[in-house]
Amino acid sequence: MDEDVFLERDRGLSQDQRAELGLGALVFVVVALLLAMLAFVFHEAWPSFAHNGLGWFGGGGNVDRQIEAIFNSGEYKTAPVYTFHAWPLIWSTIVITVGAVAIAFVAALFIAVFMIEFAPAWLRRILEPVVRLLASVPSVIYGLAGVLVIVPLIGNHLITQSEKAAVTPTIQLSGASLLAAVLILTVMIAPIMIAVFADGLRAVPRGWLEGSLALGINEWRTFWKVAVRTARPVLVAGTVLATARALGEAIMVSMVSGGVGFAPNPVDGLIFFFEPSQPLAATIIRNTEGLGSPPMKHTLYAIAAVLLFSSAMLSAIGWAAKQPMRRYGVVP
Amino acid sequence: MSTTAASPVRRPNSSSVSWRLSDRLGLGLAWVLGLLFCAIAAAIVIYFLVEGIRYLRPNLLVTNPAAASSESQTGGFLDPLLGTVILGTMAMAIAVPVGVGIAVWLSEFGRPTGLARVAESAVEMLAGEPSVVLALFGAILFTVPALGFLSQTTHGVVLGQSFFAAAALLSLVGLPLVVASTREGLQAIPSHVREASYAVGKTKIATTRRVLLPAARPSMLTGTMLGLGRVISDTAIVLLLLGGTLTFQAANSTPVLGLLRGTGDTLTGYIYYNAPTGDGNQPSKAYAAAFVLMLFVLALNLGVDVVLGRSRTAVTWK
Repeated sequence: MDEDVFLERDRGLSQDQRAELGLGALVFVVVALLLAMLAFVFHEAWPSFAHNGLGWFGGGGNVDRQIEAIFNSGEYKTAPVYTFHAWPLIWSTIVITVGAVAIAFVAALFIAVFMIEFAPAWLRRILEPVVRLLASVPSVIYGLAGVLVIVPLIGNHLITQSEKAAVTPTIQLSGASLLAAVLILTVMIAPIMIAVFADGLRAVPRGWLEGSLALGINEWRTFWKVAVRTARPVLVAGTVLATARALGEAIMVSMVSGGVGFAPNPVDGLIFFFEPSQPLAATIIRNTEGLGSPPMKHTLYAIAAVLLFSSAMLSAIGWAAKQPMRRYGVVP
Repeated sequence: MSTTAASPVRRPNSSSVSWRLSDRLGLGLAWVLGLLFCAIAAAIVIYFLVEGIRYLRPNLLVTNPAAASSESQTGGFLDPLLGTVILGTMAMAIAVPVGVGIAVWLSEFGRPTGLARVAESAVEMLAGEPSVVLALFGAILFTVPALGFLSQTTHGVVLGQSFFAAAALLSLVGLPLVVASTREGLQAIPSHVREASYAVGKTKIATTRRVLLPAARPSMLTGTMLGLGRVISDTAIVLLLLGGTLTFQAANSTPVLGLLRGTGDTLTGYIYYNAPTGDGNQPSKAYAAAFVLMLFVLALNLGVDVVLGRSRTAVTWK
């Protein structure tokens, strides 16, 4: 009898070990695949970076013409051209991302606070599925709505003829603009932020809030001064996650941002918001046929490498930001 | 998102009349933004349902797309619709077993700790990676000659575009959601349940298979549906790795393998093609396809709501 148990345990241990090894190998393979992704993408990107140096990130010349020259040099088998100054694309990425994240942050914070604490029960039951739904609408559908509704709306009603005439020699104001991209991107990333913020706010111990209420401080102030403050790390983490999403959004932005390698100039005043541009991710999508032309391929991978690096950094920041919450035992 | 644990601090008979003006304004703003948010969601859903019903004809669902300039000749979207179904199934067929495996390892084994930390951050990084970058990675990976059998080879050059390639990369899009959800489900099971199973002589892996995974099934299901939603919504990977060729272009005449090694399209690729910014520019077709895609998304959302609602009322561990 005793022997039987021991035998069984022996066999069991080896079975467990086999399972552990198998699963561990699976995890290892997935991690290795990701590392391979980093290596492959940077390897393909290298010629473009090596040729341009830091000038890659700077401005100079017309970026659309540069892309054309790079593409043609590979297509017609002439000496490869690599000259590429991506600043207009980078600037467009920064403006659109920061604009959308800034608006979405304020809106998401208020909506999350409202959803967790102040909304009546019936509205809360509506808000939760709505957040999930808006987060799962495909970006191509947002893009379609943008290009068929928002862009014509801006082009026909918000931009005046004189404004269009004023900039005609340089660019066309059709409505495909910073404003359209920022507005739609805001709607796309706000649900992600709301979901993360709400989880963080919900994890704040009720006792801490009760303590503040007992001192006679009203509910609104209590919630902002205690719960929102405690959840600050989660606010950072959610914002970072949404920023990564905004940065990498290619499809919708390529449909509504205008597709011109132009750096919108804040000095232009109100017209700034109506100016077309093209962020990094959208540039890749719009030039996918260029993968057949070697110099263009390296340039596209260089853009991808910049996006890969930025979003990896954002993931790291998000991870680091969540640590303080764990430390004082509030885990969302 | 469960709200059962948190009962609002707000007492039933409290009113905001005695608050400072700034606090009352803040609460008002929260109301406005909350309602605005619902209104935007309703506007998007209603707009696409109305436009979809206006343009959707039954024959669109059974005819294939064709490249033409007039609306009557461009056909429907049978192949893209099937493409979405095939690709979603294939991607989740990879993502679910791998994702559950990773979640089980992270939650139940997790040694060596170094690998666990790396794996955890790798999955988190994957969740934040733009799909266009993943698509470009796939374009390198599947043009490697050794993987040529997964797509087509012409004159010694591997095309690298096929259902296999797209599904493999799309599974990486769905993977983080499956891992996160399953892991959450496993961690919600208290340790005494595991100890009870060990006490009656079950091995760790038997415990996982017979006790933990069945208990975590609602979470796995939620993760699968969220992942599937993300997979069928993706466009960049479809354009780069499936080819976006409107109809199925089988690699050879072998019944199933030939199709899967060939290129094709999905609803998202079809919408992108038919949007005013695309090459097709047939907005009415794009609306009709968007309507069908929205129905998929709404169904998946409803599924998640049902599972979450059920698990809320289900037995809780004491």
